[in-house]
Amino acid sequence: MSELTKKIVGKFRQCPVSGLKIDSQAESLIKWNAVVAVVCLLIGGISALLLVLTRWEAVHLLPPVWYYRLLTAHGLNMLIFFIIFFEMSVLYFAGPIILNCRLPAPKLGWVAFALMLVGAIMVEIMVFSGRADVTFTSYPPLKAHPLYYLGIILFAVGALIGSSLFIATILVAKKEKTYPGSMPLVTFGALTAAIIAVVTLVHGALIFIPTFLWSLGLMEIDPQVYRLLFWGLGHCSQQINMAAMVSIWYLLAGLTVGGVVLNEKISRMAFFLYILFISMASAHHLLVDPGMGPAWKIWNTSYAMYLAVLASMIHGFTVPAGIEMGQRLRGYTNGTFEWLRKAPWGDPGFSGMFLSLVIFGFLGGITGVTLGTEQINIMAHNTMRIPGHFHVTVVGGTALSFMAVTYYLIPLIFQKQIRMYKLARIQPYLFGVGITLMSVSMTFMGLFGVPRRHYDSSFADALFQVEFNPAVALMQAGMGIGGILAVTGLVSYVLITVASVFFGRKFDGETLEAARGHVPPGVLSLPAQVHEGPEVEAVHKKGAPGTFILVMIFLFFFVLYYFVNWKMLAQLWKIG
Amino acid sequence: MSDRKMHSGIVPPEGVWWKPAAKQEKIWVTISFIWCLVLFAMMPIWHLLGGQNPTGIRAKVEPAKFVERVMAFTEEYKVGEEQGIPIVEPPPGSDVYLLGRMWQWTPILKLKKGAEYTIHLSSSDLNHGFSLFPVNVNIQVVPGYDYGLKMTPNDVGEYKIICNEFCGLGHHLMVGKVIVEE
Repeated sequence: MSELTKKIVGKFRQCPVSGLKIDSQAESLIKWNAVVAVVCLLIGGISALLLVLTRWEAVHLLPPVWYYRLLTAHGLNMLIFFIIFFEMSVLYFAGPIILNCRLPAPKLGWVAFALMLVGAIMVEIMVFSGRADVTFTSYPPLKAHPLYYLGIILFAVGALIGSSLFIATILVAKKEKTYPGSMPLVTFGALTAAIIAVVTLVHGALIFIPTFLWSLGLMEIDPQVYRLLFWGLGHCSQQINMAAMVSIWYLLAGLTVGGVVLNEKISRMAFFLYILFISMASAHHLLVDPGMGPAWKIWNTSYAMYLAVLASMIHGFTVPAGIEMGQRLRGYTNGTFEWLRKAPWGDPGFSGMFLSLVIFGFLGGITGVTLGTEQINIMAHNTMRIPGHFHVTVVGGTALSFMAVTYYLIPLIFQKQIRMYKLARIQPYLFGVGITLMSVSMTFMGLFGVPRRHYDSSFADALFQVEFNPAVALMQAGMGIGGILAVTGLVSYVLITVASVFFGRKFDGETLEAARGHVPPGVLSLPAQVHEGPEVEAVHKKGAPGTFILVMIFLFFFVLYYFVNWKMLAQLWKIG
Repeated sequence: MSDRKMHSGIVPPEGVWWKPAAKQEKIWVTISFIWCLVLFAMMPIWHLLGGQNPTGIRAKVEPAKFVERVMAFTEEYKVGEEQGIPIVEPPPGSDVYLLGRMWQWTPILKLKKGAEYTIHLSSSDLNHGFSLFPVNVNIQVVPGYDYGLKMTPNDVGEYKIICNEFCGLGHHLMVGKVIVEE
């Protein structure tokens, strides 16, 4: 063996299960980004518990100062820090690992990580010391300490470097021909996320650099222009999450049941539609703002005739259909739904992924499109319907899919068995059910006019009294119980992850069998990723009849919910 | 066609993968696209046929100028006072000026059922949220911008204006009032 070969072998370890080569630098970056992500998740989760116990009027735990302070901390830790650190891990996985390639300029990866970490710590200090009680959105003229804005800028620059490094990895892999043919769909989806990330972070720079200067008294800032650009960052970053989540759906479908790609062309075009239209979503937050006219609002809120929604509806069919056909190839061919009944529901990678798909599609997608309709937004803007919506997209959808993929990353990347595996089996259900109950309760509260980001729904000290419908008390209990369940699921996830990574038993090529019952079954017997032979012909012929029925049920609820909202709107005062 | 292979999303597709979609997928994409066009069409249609549109009269305004307008408007139509906040009764069809500031809505409005008013909303300090309870009409109030919306009350009663945009520590205390009479 030559020196050179030794060097390469030393650097690239082969994963005993998937046979993928693992770059050691990429591996460390995956680990560190994931560890920080989980810490941020815990800070956000504890805040979440205290917030939900405050808004539940029967408990009303915190004083107002701490309610608004933790609201700020919760938003930033969950929506920015946890998710983007985790997405960096996903990018290092989808790049160097899946493409069997080296990580170019690993030092730059560490620079990105350090910038993000320093930025996040600065923001945490500012928020928890009470120098940034501005909530997640920090709408000027509401002002925080300059270091708060600087922290966000550093974080964004770090994330920008991380995303660029992923794009560089793809170029290197292409040049060095580390994989045959075209890049896999999962990587294509991750590339979509990275491209949207670059667009988003440029918006972030466009708005946070002037805001930083404004906080130092060096320039003026227009509150409406801020709202426009801020949501260019704030909403588009949710689309990074969506692209990452959909990629994880495809990834886990493959790893858990050998789910297939129905048609590369259609799935890739759907990802491409995200890139083209998703950055228009800033408008969703400005539908009842004074700065823009109806034509601008309609065109932008619809992502140019709902082409990004079309993309999501495509993935919403192709992912479960791919799972159905994968299951049929594995012999579950009876009837319309045997593939679904006999799916590995005890595998947290599968159950988390499937719940994420259902919660995101059925609840998040339908409510999102409806609330983002120019006129319907009149009866929803800044009410509890808004957090009711985004907790089923970004939490029940994205965060749950991230949790699901963790159960595969721990054995495959961290090379550890999963501690408390029995708890891990129920964790996705705990989290998914909790978040669904909470979000549905919030949505109903919003229908009664209950505002979001509001300390006191009893209006005890207000000038005039507001008496909500008595049903609101019930909804608050639903929100409270759902929130407690979800936080229990979240804490279980953090415990399992930390215990497995730091105190887990080793998982490598030799201990595969001994690990049975301590890792998801898909890890031990990875389903075939390429299928051929006569079965394939049969499955092609049969298609995905079960999924087709499911998506028709979905469409029925979509149409119903949408038009019920128009009906409700028609009852309001005339407004024009 | 036994050479047809199927693969998962983590396998790089080899050769030409630009192939026609299967029938079910085509049907679903077509249905989805039609539904997306319906979603899109509903918004312009409602502008033509519906009664609730956030179009309004939109203009930039100096916060101090807007406060002046509110003062002049209050002076002209003042009929009383409650909790230190003036009550005004503008004639139907008139321009109404409502100011949001930390942490109150001023003045209290007395309106006639079925009459149309142009209600101008703005703020003299931070962003606020106009949320008419229990009708559930929600409008963003941005300092420096005058948002004049034509509103027609369709029922008598006492309505509250909840602030639903975070505006500092007293945010949850900010409640205003609208009275609608026959």
